[in-house]
Amino acid sequence: MIGLRVNGNRFETESDPETPLLYVLRNEMQLNGAKFGCGLGQCGSCTVLVDNRPVFSCLTPIAMLAEREITTLEGLGSIDNPGPVQRAFIEEQAAQCGYCIPGMIMRAHALLSENSAPDEAIIREALEPSLCRCGTHMRILRAVHRASKGLQEQASAAGESNR
Amino acid sequence: MKILYGLAISLVVLMGLAVVHAVSPRAFEAVERPDPQSFDRATIAHGERLSLIGNCAECHTAEYGEAYAGGRPIPTPFGTIYATNITPDPETGIGTWSQEAFRRSMHEGLDREGEHLYPAFPYHHFAKVTDEDVDAIYAYLMAREPVRNEVPPNELRFPFNLRPLLAGWKLLYLEDERFAALPNADERVNRGAYLVQGLAHCGGCHTPRNALQAERKDQFLRGEVTENWYAPAIAGDVPAAVTWNEKQLADYLSGRWVEEHGVAVGPMAPVAHNLARASEQDVAAISAYIATLMEGDAAEGDAEVTGAVGDRPDSGDIGAAIYAGACAVCHEASPSRFAAGLPLAYSTSLRIPTPLNLIQIIQQGVKPPEGEPGPYMPGFAGAFTDRQIVALASYLRGRFTGLEPWTDIDDVVAEATGERRTGANDAGAAEME
Repeated sequence: MIGLRVNGNRFETESDPETPLLYVLRNEMQLNGAKFGCGLGQCGSCTVLVDNRPVFSCLTPIAMLAEREITTLEGLGSIDNPGPVQRAFIEEQAAQCGYCIPGMIMRAHALLSENSAPDEAIIREALEPSLCRCGTHMRILRAVHRASKGLQEQASAAGESNR
Repeated sequence: MKILYGLAISLVVLMGLAVVHAVSPRAFEAVERPDPQSFDRATIAHGERLSLIGNCAECHTAEYGEAYAGGRPIPTPFGTIYATNITPDPETGIGTWSQEAFRRSMHEGLDREGEHLYPAFPYHHFAKVTDEDVDAIYAYLMAREPVRNEVPPNELRFPFNLRPLLAGWKLLYLEDERFAALPNADERVNRGAYLVQGLAHCGGCHTPRNALQAERKDQFLRGEVTENWYAPAIAGDVPAAVTWNEKQLADYLSGRWVEEHGVAVGPMAPVAHNLARASEQDVAAISAYIATLMEGDAAEGDAEVTGAVGDRPDSGDIGAAIYAGACAVCHEASPSRFAAGLPLAYSTSLRIPTPLNLIQIIQQGVKPPEGEPGPYMPGFAGAFTDRQIVALASYLRGRFTGLEPWTDIDDVVAEATGERRTGANDAGAAEME
């Protein structure tokens, strides 16, 4: 029995310790945001956050995850109440088939948590492990810039009201 | 303490020698930048191929910077040295250098004005290069577009910031002599020796250094740590599961995948990327020479290593679980030949005396050169805790090599992840709701 903390909730699984997290998320928890793309850590569509850092869940055995905080796409917001990065992706319509987008959003979220005003080169570097085969990259980049701008405005508004 | 003591003595000796040798070398007149058209095209092309063997662009180009425009920080135990701009810009580069001045810099480590250069620029190797080859590199560099780029001043601790001291270093360690052919070797091996000892300066990373950063001749190419990677021994007893042969060396040096050894990674990756575009005959010659330095019979031992050796996974070992869930999908029975990783029984990184390279590879992964296809492995920096990396590294070493366990894994991992965190925090952290 291995205990996992996913989006703040505790979940216990009987799966073998070497089972990749992705299978537990999708098959046992019905958290289908993270996608199975290649299963080899090459495409990034399975990306989730562990202790706020992006990891390929298809290559992350659950044995490694006890006592660590896992965040999936579902943990960032809901359809009715999307998180700031999710909202920016919707506003920029930054998806074609959408398969890579959960991974892109998780990476963008991790980046913006560390650095709310990244320049284009830093964004590209952070998203590089995620592949998009539809060619939506320009919209994805715009969405991350938009999310970044939103966060900065929020921060400066918060600063004003504190004064 | 012993090292410090030795260093202090050496310093005193150096200063003494420097005083004796204090006669300043002369400056060469600044010249007009030579007309690129004045160089023969074949000479320029020859110079380009040689510069690829010398790996010049790697140090003389900053991250995201223009090729050869300098500015890359080179960490040394004495502080940081910034590689110079070697484009023909008259003010910030070498545009005013005559061919004579350039030759002297390559052979004697002096700039045009007669100032001593630090041996991070490996003139102790370049001294072996013929005038003709140096002139070809000069032609190649001078025919390039000038790039204006002022390079930051070096940040070296006293007394290492005093360039005249280098006169003492040179008296001790610089032999200003061209390459002398090996008597008992054929032409090809001699060509390889000329390149390895000279322009390719393999010893710059692969030869152990003394406290004053001079390469130890008695330890030629016997393995050394450089920039947080271990450059393995490539002479004598070489850490490889299967003895290298010439063909494997040539493939590896050209950035190709070698079934029994894998692919060049870390600081060797750009070297191989450059050699891939150099002359094939020269790479073959380098391989022929290196093969003569390696002990072991390349004809034997082939295909002896087929799969895992050592113990089978123990279900209670977290290292075994991590290997099974994160590594084996590519490194064993990969579902796709495009994703087939090196069977780890072949891994050199598991056989060297330090876990440094293994930990670098686990954390950073392996990437092909920018914009080109090639072997890829994802990095696991965020996925594994320090403890998990230690467990994985010990497990892999034990299972796949049967060599003595590494004793310093904890320290190496702590240092590597510590560095990484500091790097990540530089990017102006801001909390997000």
